[in-house]
Amino acid sequence: MTLATWGWLVLLFPLLGSLLIGFTFKALPDRAAGLIGIAAIVASFACGIGALFALQSEPESARHAASSLWTYAAAGEFEIDLGIYLDPLSVFMVLVVTGVSSLIHIYSFSYMQSDRGYHRFFSYLNFFVFSMLVLVLAGNFIMLIVGWALVGFASYALISYWYRRNTATKAGMKAFVINVVGDIGLYLAAILIFKQVGAVDYGTVFEQAPEAFKTNEWSIVAICLCLLVGAFAKSAQMPFHTWLADAMEGPTPVSSLIHAATMVTAGVYLIARCHPLFELAPTAADVAALVGLVTLLIAGTIALVVTDLKRIIAYSTMSQIGYMFVGVGIGAYSAGLFHLMTHAFFKALLFMAAGSVIAAMANVQDIDRMKGFKKAMPFTAAMLIVGSLALAGFPGTSGWFSKDEIIDFAAFRGGMYGWISIGMLIGAFVTAIYSFRIIFRILPGPACEEAEHLVETGHVVHGHPENPVTGEAEDTEVGYPGEEHHIAEQAPGMKIAMSVLGLLALVGGLVQIPGVTEVIPEFLAPAFGDSHFAHMHPSTGEAWAGLVKGGVISIAGILVAWFLYVSRPELPGRLQRSLAPLHTLFVNKWYGDELVDLLVVRPVKAVGRFADRFFERYVINGATAGVAGLTRSAGAAVRDLQSGLLRGYAVLMLFGILAIVLYFLIRSI
Amino acid sequence: MNLEWYLVLSALLFTIGFIGVLVRRNPVVVLLCLELMLSAGGLAMLTFSRMLGDQDGQVFVLVVLVVAACEVVVGLGLVVAMFRRRLPLDVDDMKELKG
Repeated sequence: MTLATWGWLVLLFPLLGSLLIGFTFKALPDRAAGLIGIAAIVASFACGIGALFALQSEPESARHAASSLWTYAAAGEFEIDLGIYLDPLSVFMVLVVTGVSSLIHIYSFSYMQSDRGYHRFFSYLNFFVFSMLVLVLAGNFIMLIVGWALVGFASYALISYWYRRNTATKAGMKAFVINVVGDIGLYLAAILIFKQVGAVDYGTVFEQAPEAFKTNEWSIVAICLCLLVGAFAKSAQMPFHTWLADAMEGPTPVSSLIHAATMVTAGVYLIARCHPLFELAPTAADVAALVGLVTLLIAGTIALVVTDLKRIIAYSTMSQIGYMFVGVGIGAYSAGLFHLMTHAFFKALLFMAAGSVIAAMANVQDIDRMKGFKKAMPFTAAMLIVGSLALAGFPGTSGWFSKDEIIDFAAFRGGMYGWISIGMLIGAFVTAIYSFRIIFRILPGPACEEAEHLVETGHVVHGHPENPVTGEAEDTEVGYPGEEHHIAEQAPGMKIAMSVLGLLALVGGLVQIPGVTEVIPEFLAPAFGDSHFAHMHPSTGEAWAGLVKGGVISIAGILVAWFLYVSRPELPGRLQRSLAPLHTLFVNKWYGDELVDLLVVRPVKAVGRFADRFFERYVINGATAGVAGLTRSAGAAVRDLQSGLLRGYAVLMLFGILAIVLYFLIRSI
Repeated sequence: MNLEWYLVLSALLFTIGFIGVLVRRNPVVVLLCLELMLSAGGLAMLTFSRMLGDQDGQVFVLVVLVVAACEVVVGLGLVVAMFRRRLPLDVDDMKELKG
């Protein structure tokens, strides 16, 4: 089969799975939806592997294929195809997306077992994978927008999945609205590209871009900034970051798949895909890198202080995506994508482990209440440690290789980028502290009530029908997570998925040992062959020096976390009191929500109030009431003529006809 | 005889008919007067047809006669219906039709 056929098959299976579950769920036996969902994604992954082999069998210069099913829209000479584009970059994304999705589907098969919306969940989840694949396989900017909007919808549907929960539906709307702002950025970019280049398909645009634009010309910078608005909103970068923490209202597998491993990294993919444009607009690329840096620092500090387990991991996701943005912003495309891959492994793993802990806590997410899970859940604890080691960049783990590769490249480019690399090192230190804050707070120590219950009875505590955020009683009819929970220790599906990811998180970095293996850059080379930075990379010695530096910082951070949370557990409280203003700032997420509220929500509301009080009331109502009044008074004026008196009508008619006759008589004279 | 006199007769008939429509309240008489007006119009048309030596006017008179017959059928039908319901046969009392 050709490369393009594999590409279409990759798209087909998740769509089929979603439709099949969505339309036939009433006839399906109990667990069938989960099995269909898993089968669809695994089949898609297998086709992704097929595409990989088809790609590698081509000579390096021919490693790309475009294919079109039919014309999606036509206007005169201009046509938009329903087309896909396969090259090493999109195949790489397909493999990461379908691979991680397969594992998360297997995890969800057990995790969601007692949920009342089991079928709905798998239908949505398959739909999400389909949308994400449309996004990464799109062959032109229009299809990209289609995929971009579809993942936004899938994200909304899955965040609001427990739709009886007020907080969940609100979080879903917030995510959707912010994502739509990003979509608008993408639309504007596509329109500008069409205006300047006259085409929207990747091949033509990237080929003609160097002739159509001068470096740093205003139009290309504007295009790239519009693209960045889309990327920032989808990837939860400043200032569009506020939705991601709230998105944690969704079920944990959703957080793991969409809000950690795949969808939120779409912005990184977008910049990597559009690198020919960004290299023509270095200013915009620098903006991406700087925003990534700011986000990674701010999100890191927030992750240090919040106490909601899932939100800590969510902020760490924002922070890690910040690294990827810096990576693709400074031209280290393969390093950024490598970090995207390893991050998908260890972050999905961390969320899965967190889900297991949360299930054992009967939906409580506050780490202040969790203690002593080391004994109660040894497997989950081990996975949590593996995930945190990789996140902290402990020497030898996947995160160590990928994160430090980005930092090295920034240091290697020097100048402003040197300062960025120092900022990233500070971020890495913070990362190590907060990732081990989770470990040291949850695992050791005397077991909490729930952990003790698990050890004694071998069952998890039953949940109460209440909202974990607000504590309100919940409607348990539908759209409710259920009182039964499943933990990794007892569910084989969850265990398998987590073991595989744990293994990948540990050894996934070995594909990229400086001086030894160069798998990712070599594989991606055809996609980035035209880049200015293609042959720019630090020497092996520099790379190893960077790795040692990163490793030392990571270990230092872990030691600090140990000192703070194990050795001197009273110290964090004292620090919190003595640095109260700073703590308040961090715990309130740097007032990001309030800032958005002040700058966007309130002005929009004020305009709405003005429209309601003045425009609606006086202009619109005035106009309609005026027309009605005019008609009524005109009617009142002539109403008396209609007496019903037949003879009166006859007289009127006489005068009327006489008038007409007289008119013509006079005119004829 | 001068053809103008036919026009004078036509005008007289029309005026008589119209005054009848205006002053009489019995619907049967009103219908009668309407017929008179139609006939007056017909006479005028015949006269003009003769004056101009054109046959079109005569054809129109035939059409007018047919229309008049139809009108009388409807009108008399109404009168019969009123009579059956024992309503007063007075056009001034039929004000309720104004809507």
